[in-house]
Amino acid sequence: MNGFSIWYTLITIVAVMAVILGGALYLVLLERKVSAWVQDRLGPNRVGKFGLIQPIADALKLLFKEDLIPARVDRVLFLAAPAIAVTTAMMAFAVIPFGRTTLPPSWGNVPDHQTLEQYLQTYQFMIAPRVDIGIVFVFAVTSLAVYAIILSGWSSNSKYSFIGGLRSSAQFVSYEIPMGMSILGVVLMTGSLNLERIIEHQTTGWNILFQPLAFLIFMVSAFAECNRLPFDLPEAEQELVGGYHTEYSGLKFVFFYLAEYTNLVTTSFLFVILFFGGWHFPLIATPGEGGVIVKLMVMAVKVLFFVFFYLLIRWTIPRFRFDQLMSLAWKGLIPLALVNLAGVMVIKQLGWSLWLLLPLSIGLFFGAILLAVSDRRQLRVNQP
Amino acid sequence: MAIAEKDVRWIEEPKMGLLEQLYLPAIFAGLQTTVRHMFSTKVTVQFPEQRPTMPPNYRGVHRLNRDEQNRVKCVACYMCATACPAHCIDIVAAESPWPDREKYPETFVIDELRCIYCGMCEEACPVDAIELTSLYDLTGLTREEMMFDKEKLLSVFDQTVAAGTDPVRTEAGKLGVASEILRKTP
Repeated sequence: MNGFSIWYTLITIVAVMAVILGGALYLVLLERKVSAWVQDRLGPNRVGKFGLIQPIADALKLLFKEDLIPARVDRVLFLAAPAIAVTTAMMAFAVIPFGRTTLPPSWGNVPDHQTLEQYLQTYQFMIAPRVDIGIVFVFAVTSLAVYAIILSGWSSNSKYSFIGGLRSSAQFVSYEIPMGMSILGVVLMTGSLNLERIIEHQTTGWNILFQPLAFLIFMVSAFAECNRLPFDLPEAEQELVGGYHTEYSGLKFVFFYLAEYTNLVTTSFLFVILFFGGWHFPLIATPGEGGVIVKLMVMAVKVLFFVFFYLLIRWTIPRFRFDQLMSLAWKGLIPLALVNLAGVMVIKQLGWSLWLLLPLSIGLFFGAILLAVSDRRQLRVNQP
Repeated sequence: MAIAEKDVRWIEEPKMGLLEQLYLPAIFAGLQTTVRHMFSTKVTVQFPEQRPTMPPNYRGVHRLNRDEQNRVKCVACYMCATACPAHCIDIVAAESPWPDREKYPETFVIDELRCIYCGMCEEACPVDAIELTSLYDLTGLTREEMMFDKEKLLSVFDQTVAAGTDPVRTEAGKLGVASEILRKTP
């Protein structure tokens, strides 16, 4: 059996890419709008109704800008960096289910599917269904994105870019670890790395109910991986001009932007898939073949919620200092994720109820806080 | 220079309670503020369509006031031109055709580009003939256009009187205190 029709896949790829690229453009508008609303402003509203044509105008403007390459940059790497950024961001989307998915009969537990043929006739709402390493693929590809940032920082031959690149390499490497470890608990519970399977497993109860701590760790790490505001040190505009994309303009700059917003969408999808049941919603969207539109909508609403959350957090929490950023990852998130993982292992091994994980998560969280409270320091302040 | 030991005050870092150390309540409180502002009334004034109402003591474009007989009120005393720190007022005086004053301005030109809108001219004017209005969106395509002559300045008066946006410095459309004295001694 070869698998699905190539046409299905091609159409899906085209559709997904179109939606993602257009979505990223409109995310820029949404970001500007939300930023404006939070600051009691109206936001862009001149180009088209509610500024709806603004992204197109922006894109056109950037498209027609001079393709500037500064003198004394490493041309090859300078050009490669935005390409890497956008490619990795897009590739991560290959295994992400964005609507209804069903399980092949070899995995059982879906009565609707009698044979593999029937399964293959069913349209699966993802570019590459049945990828058994699903989540590992996402992690592998998204961690390649650090190359884009480091290469752009280094090849730009600018101190701002360089410091931005340096910061981000440390940040990325640090936050990959808690991110991966927080997911391992979910993977252990499901017994599979496959994202469709992880969603199907949550139809009996979303993972957030069992692993709120893992979700918190994953979310914080994802914010850091996306360079979103509490952790946007690589491009901290107040101190680094533009960070690693200081020297970029025109279309190459668009690529970085696109990658950033695609990552935002991808991680929002991951939140939903890993912790909030994917397309599943009690009573409305239940496992099986039916409710294609409903499942798509459920997924979209959940993802939009997290996208909004991303945007709101940006205006809520101020930027971390670099040492705070590092100590949060190494002293806070990694030990917590490790202990959490160990807890999941123990409970799975002993065959206890998974509901024990909820008090475990909360207990661990408070335990960590108690540890932090006991650590006090003295401050030295000059008298006026 | 090293700080003397007696000037050094050792203080304890304010101790955070368990709830504060959680940070999550603080983050949720912050989110609440953020969301509340998202739905709050917006302060943006959509300029070309919506126009802000300027306070009546705003110092915008000048006007030359008219008296009751629709004549220019200015007596060409050069007080405003003398007071002007930007030297943007150019007056040519001539003998007055009217019996109640000796001189009147034959030409009265203000370079609106050179003006710094400080309001010294209206402070200096003994007959309250020159005033700054609340017109703020002064634009022009050439430098010549921005040299406001007597007719133009008088038309600003007509315009602001018609719009009911007289400056607060004098009673609207009437003569000011100094002019009262002038009128009593013809």
